[in-house]
Amino acid sequence: MGLIQFLHKIEPDKKKSPFLHTLYDGFFTFAYAPNTVTKTGTHIKDGMDLKRTMFIVVIALQLCYLFGTYNIGHQHFVALGEHTSFLQGFHLKLVYGLIKLLPLFVVANVVGLGIEFVYAAKKGHPIEEGFLVSGALIPLIMPPDLPLWILAMSVAFAVILGKEAFGGTGMNIMNIALLSRVFIFFAYPTFISGDEVWISGIVKEGTEHFGAAYSMVYGIFDSVFGGLGWSTFGAGGQAVIDGYTGATPLGLAAAGGWPAVTEVYSPAQMWWGAIPGSIGEVPKLFIIIGALMLIGAKIASWRIMLSMILGAIVGGMFINLWGATPFMEVHWINHFYMGSFFFAMAFMATDPVTAARTQTGKWIYGFLIGLVGMVIRVLNPAYPEGWMLAILFMNVFAPLIDYYVLEANVARRMARAKTSSAVALKQAEPQLTVSEH
Amino acid sequence: MFFKKPLKSFVLRDKIANIAAVLPLIFLSSHLSAQPVFLASSAADMLPYTLILIVAFLILGAVYLISESFVRMEARDLGVDTKKNNFSILPNSEEVFGSSKSDGASTSGHKVIHLKKGFDIKLEGAAEYKVDENAAVTRFAMQPKNFIGMSPIPKVEVEVGDEVQAGDVLFFDKKNPDVKYCAPVSGEVIAVNRGEKRSIAELVILADKEMKYRAMPVFDLENASKEELVSYMKDNGAWAHIRQRPYNVVADSNETPKAIFVSTFDTAPMAPDLDIIIAGRGNEFQVGLDILNMLTPGKVHLGLNAKDEDPSPVFENATGVEKHWISGPHPAGNVGVQIHHIDPINAGERVWTVGVQDVATIGSLFLEGIYDAERVVAITGAELKEPQYVTTYLGANIGDLVANNLKNDHVRMISGDVLSGKAKKAEQFLDFFDDQVSVIEEGDEYEMFGWLAPQSARPSLSPTFLSNLVDTSYVANTNTHGERRALVVSDQYEQVLPMDIYPQHLVKSILVNDLERMEGLGIYELVEEDVALCEFVCTSKQPVQDILREGLTTMMDQE
Repeated sequence: MGLIQFLHKIEPDKKKSPFLHTLYDGFFTFAYAPNTVTKTGTHIKDGMDLKRTMFIVVIALQLCYLFGTYNIGHQHFVALGEHTSFLQGFHLKLVYGLIKLLPLFVVANVVGLGIEFVYAAKKGHPIEEGFLVSGALIPLIMPPDLPLWILAMSVAFAVILGKEAFGGTGMNIMNIALLSRVFIFFAYPTFISGDEVWISGIVKEGTEHFGAAYSMVYGIFDSVFGGLGWSTFGAGGQAVIDGYTGATPLGLAAAGGWPAVTEVYSPAQMWWGAIPGSIGEVPKLFIIIGALMLIGAKIASWRIMLSMILGAIVGGMFINLWGATPFMEVHWINHFYMGSFFFAMAFMATDPVTAARTQTGKWIYGFLIGLVGMVIRVLNPAYPEGWMLAILFMNVFAPLIDYYVLEANVARRMARAKTSSAVALKQAEPQLTVSEH
Repeated sequence: MFFKKPLKSFVLRDKIANIAAVLPLIFLSSHLSAQPVFLASSAADMLPYTLILIVAFLILGAVYLISESFVRMEARDLGVDTKKNNFSILPNSEEVFGSSKSDGASTSGHKVIHLKKGFDIKLEGAAEYKVDENAAVTRFAMQPKNFIGMSPIPKVEVEVGDEVQAGDVLFFDKKNPDVKYCAPVSGEVIAVNRGEKRSIAELVILADKEMKYRAMPVFDLENASKEELVSYMKDNGAWAHIRQRPYNVVADSNETPKAIFVSTFDTAPMAPDLDIIIAGRGNEFQVGLDILNMLTPGKVHLGLNAKDEDPSPVFENATGVEKHWISGPHPAGNVGVQIHHIDPINAGERVWTVGVQDVATIGSLFLEGIYDAERVVAITGAELKEPQYVTTYLGANIGDLVANNLKNDHVRMISGDVLSGKAKKAEQFLDFFDDQVSVIEEGDEYEMFGWLAPQSARPSLSPTFLSNLVDTSYVANTNTHGERRALVVSDQYEQVLPMDIYPQHLVKSILVNDLERMEGLGIYELVEEDVALCEFVCTSKQPVQDILREGLTTMMDQE
């Protein structure tokens, strides 16, 4: 009890310092479930609330985080020809991945939450938990070497224009994490597409690639590792392996079809995720585990996921039939090994705020995402990935889909009213004719 | 023109399902033949052939749709029911997979309406199967606020200190002076309490030990006309027991209801078993049903519990009514849900609903010639030492009902069930239409990381609470378990409302005051108790019942 009383004493005044009050309130309700009781309406409430919902999603992402962090380091060292086995140099790869990931995570969350706190303070309501999930998703869809200022700008763009301008949590039309990525995609395209950005710590001089020099932070860890007798980072600047290509499987497929992909990466490698790519999108199994967790917790809609798979299959089949380029001839099953399909399916498309909100609408919405995404991936000359654009596109259409589902409901009700009044009229008719006489 | 009719009909979904079933076969076959293993030419040659195939398929599909429309038109001209019968070559989804809605397996010879959506909240503290005949309740009250639409200051006919008999007129609404509201017990009027803005909150009567009933004028049921019956009921307090939907107001005798509905089971948390409550009043109940039959040109529908292993003969053997067996989780017992599945309310229509004990009261008026407001009330809740049933009268004092039965003082006493009842203090009274008192713990304490790792089990729809894996009853408290947020999660309300309504979109249309949308999405079919479960499961803690009442008031004002 003493702790709570102390916390109440230091509570900033709501009117005099609204920003501090909102900040305080946000952290207080994080630590303590509030003691408000029901006033009108039901007297008991379900134990589930938005904080818990968001938190379960963040937990479902943790496997991707663990793997993604490690994979940043693994790809870096494999490109340099060192520690080529997956578990070799475990400590180095983990530390390297964390040093790359943590600044991204911190910057994305601080900028996003900071903006949300300012807006909540201005509007006078407690901060709403929408950004917990977006803040956890954004680092996973970025390339590991992204400059932090670009990340900060994109998060600010997404939160201010994509969310707060529409009214905050629950009111946004487009997926926030994807908006931040699409901002970088259009404003700073060289930082987020192409073959140079997906493996961390490789720099290009002329036409030669070299490992980047290791900064001071790595030096600190070197002293620890050296003391323990483990391998160290060293100074950096090594040459990359022969035949180095920073291309992701999709980049290879866009150039030369499936044979070009299997030359460099095996399907098993692509499945387990030991390939270059955005931080979190590569480990397919962990993403699927996360998706099953969300379905089991009844937080993500299985309808959207299933219909998206079906849409992608149908789209893939259509494209296979056409088969004009080597990329189009990649069998539709192989498309699931490459790129961020599963990540988009499990965490982006199922965002409840921006997806269709009726059950029928979800089937249509997911199916169209799968179809459009496959088309964009294969037929897009500039950029061989389609899910981000497809999901944002269908986000705009989701209210329209819902509108027509609701219209069907309204029409059903009107039709029922008409038959009912027709029956009533028929029953009333004999009396009318009798009275007329 | 004939293209428009089938497109608007609901059956289009089945047709698309049929066509969609054939689609993968076509694509698979074309794709298999496009394997580079078999053909030397590249897959690009397949494109014109595939296009021809698709066009041929579309033509076939068009022929199929047109021919089916012609058959339908013919059937309509001949008078055959086009909705129930399938006139196409291919089977529709219902014939292949079976219907998901009603008309499922029948038990013991009658058809059962199986409802899948909903959620049973198992709470500790359900009433034990014993009835206390000697409850020491001395004060009873009539509360004008129990009647929706009543003016806040009705015309009160008695004064403090008057002696009244059971059935004497207490007050009436100046807007509707024919309907009289009568005293449930005999005794002395000890208080006329006022609420805000001088509205009448309650008229309190201190009851006699022996009830004295006002002798009702003789009424000739055989030869009376419907108007005489209606005015007799209105004069003697029986009319107030009939409610009208939409809006759940007191029935308007100028309107003709298309049917009257009585639900004989209650599925709310800790709700009383109406079989026990009606025991001993079977004759009154039957007479009440007969009276109700005279009030409507349509039918009187009785909703019975298909899952009841030991049904009461009063309900099972009721005559003159159409019986429907319903099974499902809460809110299957709500009369609104039953109306939706038996004979839904459309715009402009009226139905009347009467509670089980209210039917018995109406029956007593004609069977015994007195206004008999006896009630069997279930006192329930985990905070009671002995939850049980008590025999008392309408409008009993809450404090008297739970006297000597509370485990502690820090409780919330509710007239009605925990989902749609009203909080009461000990000096307040049971509401007119309620037959249950729920007593639960107040949950006004902070819980560290309560949302992440709750310290006590709490009822929830979500599988993330591990206590849901085990079939337990919960001790619920009044904590909101979260703060009010914008609507984020979708599909939650739909999971617990077994009606063809989109409740989340209805709520949104009420919030933006879109009257046409509200009507189109079915606001007439709902009353607070139907969406109470939606409010319970809402992750964003929205006050759905209040929002619905706002919408209903808006629609009421339009008429």
